[in-house]
Amino acid sequence: MNVLATPPKNFEVKPKLDAKGEELGELLEVSMGPHHPSTHGVFRMDVVLDGEKVVKLKPVFGYLHRNHEKIGENISYLANMPYTDRLDYFCSMTNNWAYALTIEKLAGLAVPERAEHIRVIMAELTRLQNHTCLIGFFVQDMGALGTPMMYAFREREKILDLFEEVSGARMMCNYMRFGGVRVDVNDEWIARTKKVVADYSKFLDEFGTFLTENEIVLARTQFVGVLPKDLAVSASITGPMLRAAGVNYDLRKVDKYGIYSRFNFQVPVGEHGDIYDRYMIRVLEMRESIKILEQALRDIPAGSVMDPKAKLRGFRPKAGEVYGRVEGPKGELGFYVISDGSPNPYRYRVRPPSFINLTILEDICLGHNISDAVVILGSVDIVLGEVDR
Amino acid sequence: METLEQIKARLEAALPSAKIEIVANECAAGERSLLVDAASGFAVAKFLRDDAQLKLDYCSNVTGVDWPDKELTEKIKVKQVVDGVEKEVEEVKKTLRPGFLEVVYHLYSMGLKHGPVVLRMRTENRADKTHLPSLTPLWRGAEFQEREVYDLYGVIFDGHPDLRRILMWDEFVGFPMRRDYVAPDDFEYEPTPHDEVLVEAKKHYPAEPKAEVKP
Amino acid sequence: MIDEGLKSELQKQGVYVTTLEDLYNWGRANSVWPLTFGLACCAIEMMAASMARFDLARFGAEVFRPSPRQADLMIVAGTVTKKMAPLVVRIYNQMPEPKYVIAMGACAISGGPFKQGYNVLKGVDRYLPVDVAIPGCPPRPEALIHAIMTLQEKILAQKLTGPGRPRHLNADVASEFPVPTYGPHDLEPSKNSEVWHPPLIKR
Repeated sequence: MNVLATPPKNFEVKPKLDAKGEELGELLEVSMGPHHPSTHGVFRMDVVLDGEKVVKLKPVFGYLHRNHEKIGENISYLANMPYTDRLDYFCSMTNNWAYALTIEKLAGLAVPERAEHIRVIMAELTRLQNHTCLIGFFVQDMGALGTPMMYAFREREKILDLFEEVSGARMMCNYMRFGGVRVDVNDEWIARTKKVVADYSKFLDEFGTFLTENEIVLARTQFVGVLPKDLAVSASITGPMLRAAGVNYDLRKVDKYGIYSRFNFQVPVGEHGDIYDRYMIRVLEMRESIKILEQALRDIPAGSVMDPKAKLRGFRPKAGEVYGRVEGPKGELGFYVISDGSPNPYRYRVRPPSFINLTILEDICLGHNISDAVVILGSVDIVLGEVDR
Repeated sequence: METLEQIKARLEAALPSAKIEIVANECAAGERSLLVDAASGFAVAKFLRDDAQLKLDYCSNVTGVDWPDKELTEKIKVKQVVDGVEKEVEEVKKTLRPGFLEVVYHLYSMGLKHGPVVLRMRTENRADKTHLPSLTPLWRGAEFQEREVYDLYGVIFDGHPDLRRILMWDEFVGFPMRRDYVAPDDFEYEPTPHDEVLVEAKKHYPAEPKAEVKP
Repeated sequence: MIDEGLKSELQKQGVYVTTLEDLYNWGRANSVWPLTFGLACCAIEMMAASMARFDLARFGAEVFRPSPRQADLMIVAGTVTKKMAPLVVRIYNQMPEPKYVIAMGACAISGGPFKQGYNVLKGVDRYLPVDVAIPGCPPRPEALIHAIMTLQEKILAQKLTGPGRPRHLNADVASEFPVPTYGPHDLEPSKNSEVWHPPLIKR
């Protein structure tokens, strides 16, 4: 399998000619989306096809551009927190954490030990449910309608129950605050979480039996959508996509934000950068998340969950700017905030991993069949709330 | 990683024509940044990417920032002779800082696992001279983000391979993330108006009919 | 019309009597096929509703159809942006009658938390006739199930004849709506006055 280079720009669609210059057929232009069951939301790809082969693919964005950044500049720092839930609506907890971490950096707030542990637990539970659902969607893109999703959502509900118990909401948790978390968890919750985490490896075994060595999965994913290592770095790809391409770059190890330096876990790294590696990286990452969760649930200390210095009302950080980032389930989720000393941020910017990961969508789809393009898009793992913001 | 002063010194030695400033940052984290003039922006970025000690191969984040014209007020003490006695009088001096658009790049190194180096470039003004060099030829990851900055702020990136609107529709006029952008007024009916929405919505509500005064 | 007392008396004897209207509505109400149409966050709760725990299949509405030509119900699940609104109307126009619309979540009702955005449509009812609205951000799957049950009640109460008959039995009423176009700042027109009748408020 030769690796696809950067496509020529200003590509013109021409009739396909044979050696004598006679037309063999036409190239077909298809607009996939925004209403399409396999585009994971209102995403559109303008695809040019030669038979079934993709010869050009242009992603079109903006169908869910709901002005997150503009609204963020007009409301207070704290009021922004529930909006971050709605960025990547699968992973509200990690979004909360990334935003809280950024503002803590801006204002110099400390986070109590217990809250740090709770944050790690929430983030890793989020990673579990995000990767599980993603695999469900992505197998659905290969044609397994319904059943894998049923398995994935069954497990997701168990984790959402835990979220609901502490935060009051299933999806939009709005749980973290600058300098801690909103409410404490009780011992019963920790015991239930331990049980969910203990059962999760059994589920992964079960899910893995169906998928990991499944002949159709292997045929559809191996050496399809290969992303070369240097292109991945240059195109700012992050998260499981980057690690599947063979780059060992996980912010939990690089930045060691929160208390990740205390936990014993490994970063899975792929070899080929194809779809199968991306799938495998996610499965292995979930296994590592379970390890982190077990350690965090074991070591969680007693104590308060909010920094006593943190102010919720009348929060006005000093003028300045800050960029904070965490390793979200989809990649590097960053927030860039400029403060001018007023209660609202002067500039509020989200660095959305799934948006930037789509940069190379055309490169890895060219030359494949249209049905593979659907699977490749599924393996990128996008959520439109974050892509368009 | 080297300090920003060291990077600046090495950059100035390598690129004598570049005008580089260090922008201060007073918040708790205090990440300072390098302000580069637009003409040498591309060369500076290329140096940062290719330099063996820095190797900033990963352009994480591209942000546009709008800084409209601002009146800066400064209090200065002036000596004045009032009624024959010399006194110190405070005077407010007003200066107009012309507006500009700014693009901020956050650069990291994936190989050496360090960063960030924050690079910023400013346009001459906000109206017609909004050109900046595109860094997409150096980092592919800037492609969509620069398109977004063009779409929402109107910075024109010279050398970008595909500079089109990305989030708004093609027929759209204006740059919605600029601070002086006025959103279309469609607040005719608001079920739960509050704050600014209420102010907007009230323009549409008919004035309450005055009670008839019976003679 | 058959007398209700006689009807129940006959039922005890094993004789079931009904009207054509009841039978027709009963069939329609219990096989509402929604369109696989997810816009934003609410779509995930819509999917969760169709999954094992909430099991939308109990109400005959689990057959999500990707094609508007096969669907009866459009669940507008999420924020409708101005860039998306023309496509939502076009998809609605492609659905065959009888068709229904559920506005799921605060965004589809009024723009919700995002209503101050320059690209957010302040309610899908500006272009489409909404039958049931579910508040919430996002509404829980149970709320969606409740909305489907509310819609079923609405369908069951529809008369086949007379002036109040539903749109698909009345040739004079349009079942397609004009698709707005992209303008320089906003959609043109910014609302469909034939569909959108906001209550008059005095403040």
